[in-house]
Amino acid sequence: MSRNDPPKTLYEKIWDDHLVEDLGGGLSLLYIDRHLVHEVTSPQAFDGLRLNHRQPWRLAANLAVPDHNVPTVDRALGIKDPISRAQLEALDANCAEFGITKFELMDRRQGIVHVIGPEQGATLPGMTVVCGDSHTATHGAFGALAFGIGTSEVEHALATQTLVMAKAKTMLIRVNGPVGPGVTAKDITLAIIGRIGTAGGTGHVIEYAGEAIEDLSMEGRMTLCNMAIEGGARAGLVAVDDKTMAYVKGRPFAPKPEHWDAAVAYWSTLKSDPGASFDKVVEIDATSIQPQVSWGTSPEMVLPVSAAVPNPAAEADPVKRSGMEKALKYMGLEAGTPIAQIAIDKVFIGSCTNSRIEDIRAAAAVVKGKKKADSVKLAMVVPGSGLVKEQAEAEGLDKVFLDAGFEWREPGCSMCLAMNADRLEPGERCASTSNRNFEGRQGAGGRTHLVSPAMAAAAGVAGHFVDVRTLS
Amino acid sequence: MKAFTVVTSKIAPLDRPNVDTDAIIPKQYLKSIRRTGFGPFLFDDWRYQDPGDLQIDPATRRINPDFVLNQPAHQGAQILIARDNFGCGSSREHAVWALDDYGFRAVIAPSFADIFFSNCFKNGVLPVVLKPEEVQALFEGVAKNPDAQFTIDLPAQQIKLPCGNTFSFEIDAGRKHNMVEGLDEIGTTLQKADAIRAYEARRAQQAPWLFAS
Repeated sequence: MSRNDPPKTLYEKIWDDHLVEDLGGGLSLLYIDRHLVHEVTSPQAFDGLRLNHRQPWRLAANLAVPDHNVPTVDRALGIKDPISRAQLEALDANCAEFGITKFELMDRRQGIVHVIGPEQGATLPGMTVVCGDSHTATHGAFGALAFGIGTSEVEHALATQTLVMAKAKTMLIRVNGPVGPGVTAKDITLAIIGRIGTAGGTGHVIEYAGEAIEDLSMEGRMTLCNMAIEGGARAGLVAVDDKTMAYVKGRPFAPKPEHWDAAVAYWSTLKSDPGASFDKVVEIDATSIQPQVSWGTSPEMVLPVSAAVPNPAAEADPVKRSGMEKALKYMGLEAGTPIAQIAIDKVFIGSCTNSRIEDIRAAAAVVKGKKKADSVKLAMVVPGSGLVKEQAEAEGLDKVFLDAGFEWREPGCSMCLAMNADRLEPGERCASTSNRNFEGRQGAGGRTHLVSPAMAAAAGVAGHFVDVRTLS
Repeated sequence: MKAFTVVTSKIAPLDRPNVDTDAIIPKQYLKSIRRTGFGPFLFDDWRYQDPGDLQIDPATRRINPDFVLNQPAHQGAQILIARDNFGCGSSREHAVWALDDYGFRAVIAPSFADIFFSNCFKNGVLPVVLKPEEVQALFEGVAKNPDAQFTIDLPAQQIKLPCGNTFSFEIDAGRKHNMVEGLDEIGTTLQKADAIRAYEARRAQQAPWLFAS
């Protein structure tokens, strides 16, 4: 920045560095550095390319992996569901036809697209990263502008390496002070959504800052940014610091030694300038954040574990009140019930929100030497990638879970969205480390409570929610 | 993409906030590798009383008579109205494909989630943002007379009510132009191929590691 440039936010810096052309009418053509591809939102885009006799603009910008539909058991036997199998075969055929790099189902690097991008160094600071999946926001942890797109935009990104975008507004969420013991990135991100609401960030890109955010590991920052979309923001961002560079260094797709110093010099500029102005600023006291549990059918319906299920009658806004009534009916909950008394049927530890090695370690630390409650029908741990699984097994964490009666699965999206065989039956209640508690999300009629990995593990042992801070 | 200029129709009222894309089209239908045929599964969990998937003929399923789209009064509506934050959640464009395939040309709400909003413009389905009190007035109008005809005039950026009143709405000039003309966005962008190549050449100087492989 020269002396006369106005101070810029991190978002504005990345935007300006990717602007191909201002198209007028509020739209711009933005260059896309990295495009991650999975089996569910890409087949129609590849069809579009074929139909119009178009080729991908820059093959090296793309990386594909199957994750949404993949089985988490008996993988060597193949996929039983013929429709799921056809979708994976379509990804194979499309990547082969167009020459796109893809990790096979049986590759040890296979996993959830938002886990493997950072793990491979395919996600780098200052990049624009897109994927046909709303949780692309995850990659904002690296100071990358990362956002989910629809299939038409997948086709547009493939064909042109650009997207036609309207510039977003900016929102700063500053989480001041350190969080207390037992409070994780998941609790911070849920508490933020509880505060700003699921539409609080609509039209904005959120930048997370403050001591509690600086303190987070890169994996914690990924959990945080992952759920920016649940706060309505298409993208979340965290400024680049030494942790970011240390995480990236040496990964397969990271800059080679001859470019490393130049990359670090550029990445070091990827923070909002002092005095940069944001359209909205939200201040949150980190010390007030407790372990969170969602109680309803929208991620904003979330409370500290010490609270009780709220009473819709106390809500003045009639639209909100009716939404709360519908949510309680669907969730089978009575107003006033302490959250810690809610009994669960299943536990799901996994998803692009919470399936990295630190998540698995946190859950294992709670489970170690204990047993799953008899009343809990199934507690499953689904690592985010084959490499996370290998690391956990090297540390003996799989044994910890298996000894406790938890299941240890193969990597994929699994019961976060229940496209594969892993799902809730109608009426079943789940402590889940995933990101959405929408009606039917984890299976038709299923009831989801969003929590951190440690809280999910603790619920699996106790049979109901407990405050992890009270465990010995 | 099909163009959108003027649509006159009755309105179907979906009186819920935060209608998410999982509700608009549940996950089991995302296994389809086609772009069409999602209409019968729009709002599937609310519309039917029994579970469905791609292999079950929707004609054989039990209809939920209480769900608003199943009520005879609202058949044939091409405009849907709902409350705040419509289309939140998953980026699945299948949600817009399902609305389009069912026959909706436009959705009116006080606010939309960003990705859904953007997806609508790629498919000729118009998302219209009105003030909450204006949306409330539409709900009341439909409750009084479900057959009342409303006109969405995109070039004029107006909704004409049966009583003769109009509500104005905002829309980015660029998006409006593309929609009214029904432009192929990729084809339009590819006309800028030289500008994209020039950007890449510039950027490869500044950040060579991005173009190293």
